[in-house]
Amino acid sequence: MDHKRYFFEKFGVSERLLERCLGEALSAGGDYADLYFESVASTSLGLDESIVKSASQGVSTGCGIRVVSGERTGYAYTDDLSADRLLRAARTAALIASGPARQPVQGFTETTSPSLYPAPAADLDADLSAKLDLVMRADRAARRYDHRVTQVRASYADELRRILIAASDGTFASDTQPLARMSVFVLARDGDRTARGSSGGGGRVEIGYFTGAKGPEFFAAEAARTAILQLGAIPAPAGEMEVVLGPGWPGVLLHEAVGHGLEADFNRRKTSAFAGLIGRAVASPKVTVVDNGRMPSRRGSLNVDDEGSSTQETVLIEGGILRGYLSDKLSARLMGIPSTGNGRRESYQQIPMPRMTNTYMLAGEEAPEDILRSVKRGLYAVNFGGGQVDITSGKFVFSASEAYLIEDGKVTAPVRDATLIGNGPEALKHVSMVGNDLALDEGIGTCGKDGQSVPVGVGMPTVKLDRMTVGGTR
Amino acid sequence: MATTAETRTDLQSLASDIVIRALRAGASDAEVTIREGDEFSTTVRLGEVETLKESGSRGVGLRVLLQVDNGYRVASTSSSDFTPEGLEHLVRGAIALARLTSVDPFAGLPEPGEYGQLPGDLRLYHDDVYSLPTEERIAWARRAEAAAMAVDARLVNSDGAGFDAATGRRIFANSRGFLGEYRSSYCSIAASPIAQDASGEMQRDYWWSQARAFRDLDPPESVGQEAARRTLRLLGARRVPTQQAPVVFAPEVARGIVGAVFDAAAGDAIYRGASIFAGKLGESVAAPSVTVVDDGTMPGGFGTSPFDAEGLPSRRTVIVERGVLRSYILNTYAARKLGLKSTANAGRGLAGNPFLDSGNLFLEPGAQSADEIVRGVDRGLYVTRLMGHGVNLVTGDYSRGAAGLWIENGEFAFPVQEITIAGNVRDMLRNITAIGSDLEFRSATAAPTLCIDGMTIAGE
Repeated sequence: MDHKRYFFEKFGVSERLLERCLGEALSAGGDYADLYFESVASTSLGLDESIVKSASQGVSTGCGIRVVSGERTGYAYTDDLSADRLLRAARTAALIASGPARQPVQGFTETTSPSLYPAPAADLDADLSAKLDLVMRADRAARRYDHRVTQVRASYADELRRILIAASDGTFASDTQPLARMSVFVLARDGDRTARGSSGGGGRVEIGYFTGAKGPEFFAAEAARTAILQLGAIPAPAGEMEVVLGPGWPGVLLHEAVGHGLEADFNRRKTSAFAGLIGRAVASPKVTVVDNGRMPSRRGSLNVDDEGSSTQETVLIEGGILRGYLSDKLSARLMGIPSTGNGRRESYQQIPMPRMTNTYMLAGEEAPEDILRSVKRGLYAVNFGGGQVDITSGKFVFSASEAYLIEDGKVTAPVRDATLIGNGPEALKHVSMVGNDLALDEGIGTCGKDGQSVPVGVGMPTVKLDRMTVGGTR
Repeated sequence: MATTAETRTDLQSLASDIVIRALRAGASDAEVTIREGDEFSTTVRLGEVETLKESGSRGVGLRVLLQVDNGYRVASTSSSDFTPEGLEHLVRGAIALARLTSVDPFAGLPEPGEYGQLPGDLRLYHDDVYSLPTEERIAWARRAEAAAMAVDARLVNSDGAGFDAATGRRIFANSRGFLGEYRSSYCSIAASPIAQDASGEMQRDYWWSQARAFRDLDPPESVGQEAARRTLRLLGARRVPTQQAPVVFAPEVARGIVGAVFDAAAGDAIYRGASIFAGKLGESVAAPSVTVVDDGTMPGGFGTSPFDAEGLPSRRTVIVERGVLRSYILNTYAARKLGLKSTANAGRGLAGNPFLDSGNLFLEPGAQSADEIVRGVDRGLYVTRLMGHGVNLVTGDYSRGAAGLWIENGEFAFPVQEITIAGNVRDMLRNITAIGSDLEFRSATAAPTLCIDGMTIAGE
């Protein structure tokens, strides 16, 4: 698995050139410099009104060069990988420091780890007709689901990202990262009511993944089922109540309520509502939350992060006690904490920062039925759209796209879209029951931070929160 | 329309050349977009430089159309590789991909008479955005942060302040003879201080100024002071009981309501029946005081361009006029689907089909000052921040996290947070009871202060 050959052979990069660029980057001093080569090939197909209306392919290649001096970061990038342009970018990044030149560590040590995802096929184009088949099958399956389905949009998108990282501390890493996702969006109409439903999934997988159980028919049926269900939804309740979250994607709660607040950059700057809470109770004793970049084929997984560090499983909250942060090299060094391999970036044009990978709550012991039965009046939310958090105040939201009333322990009427809001360091203290049914999401999550998007995973078992505010109208 | 050969830049020649190559390779029609840009950004935190970034990049996108009996097959490719081999791959890839897509009877370029560009200097590019030396740009960010921190002792920390500048060039060429180019510039300054009270509770807000010319930026001190004022007023925020009450949207969040009007009027949502505005042309959709306009022609505007992404001259479109839905927002494709004419709202990335994009989008101002609107509210919420994406324009359902100030007897009483506001966009537009006079274009979408009755606030 010699990914580095790609940049060496295709773009004439050599170890000698890497060393020269790192030397140039540290020519005005600085504590650390790194080079991040990236080449992404992407394909996307879109079906709408039962025909394939869009198909596109793209390639994007470049190199980002970073120089770190204390807490200062200089950054420059180029989409031209000639030695000339790379050295010029290195000199631009070097402007952040002002001191005598530093020497990079001599010789590189390669970061190696067993691969978590399939090696790419030699010729991706060969699969194009199979990819087209996926979106057409999704269309047929969604329309077959119910005569009230009026519109179907289905898309398939994949990318193959090759990276090579070389750093002045001797880090050398390369990886080839596949990522594929299919999405189905359905509109249903009954009389004058119109409703929408969507579904999708994927991961760091090849197209063969979609010929299994999680194929176009599965996602199409899910999207159609949700849209039909929403046709009969009643207004959502408003106010504080008991909330039961279903397994899987509702784990976006963890991502917003605690995950972002535990990213080390916010804690180094003490701008997070979680700053200084290590060792303190931030959740009910039933709650253990981890971030795990090493789950095979998962959307948020990485063999190495975007700084060339191995990824790992990191315990964030253990039995309700805050245990650790998610760090990149810069925050690990400045805070004197271990690097957790969470340094990520959207592309070569961006500076890496601490980001989540796959974030989930470990299973408890309760049966999901018992959890629902324990609720007198509340909301059962099983699917969500996106969420958002204000790191500093700790307030977070996430929007339910499929939810039901719970009345006297029974799941009753479906309700319309509603946003749930809570306070990160407090919300998980209200977790009173944790189910035995841990599930991860289907592989559709994208997380945004400071304008950078990266693929992530979330997961959770069925969980009951004794209190949460539901933003309905009734 | 097309510039003369003498004034063509190298990139214009390249774009035309790629169009010709695509036609030779078998395309019936082709569109080429080239984008080139430089960016600079610096962030300062607690007086120290935190990041300094400076770079440039470019990319090319090709969209080809293959005519088949009653329609076209279309596909597109994009690349950052401008070498002859890279461009050859771009062209051949697009043609090969197009052979696999479906025949779409509504696909196709605009009609011959539709192309054009706005004349004259639209004041989109000012090279003064790079006129400050790097040290001065850092100093501007420092001044903004220092001004914020100096306002009050409770401002104990900072999420930083930044100065950004960028310039870009966009070239568009197609096989019907359109060739256009424009440059644009942008710079901004922002500050985000953090306040903490005796209880240890922290709040953060921010303020910013952006402009196409450096000389039009607000002074860093005023940006910092405004950021401080906004942050301090949130300290001590609490929740309120669940209730129905009027909600006053400050301009920076009222923009979201205007954005929802645009999205609901978007032609692709209309032809799919995926919008609360579908089939409502000519009908009343909002209070009679509401007029919403999308104007891509305003000189110097953040949403201004001489032509849209299909080569049609930018224009002004009244979407809602005194409460009545007057126009959908259309590109060529959506217009053909609906039997209408494009409103020149095509946008596009390097690859992919044209989508719908706004110009300078705004709700026309009313006569009342924001103060007068607040004074007119007996008991209600003044929203300064919204969270989440809880707007469903298929059903109109609206539910978002909110923070701001509680109004009692026409005065701000205390800050509030961790609440939601909910309603239905259909009702919200009809229940706009007051429109402020404070319309200001701080970005491409702008709105004055709005008061909306009948929303549900969920809290304790």
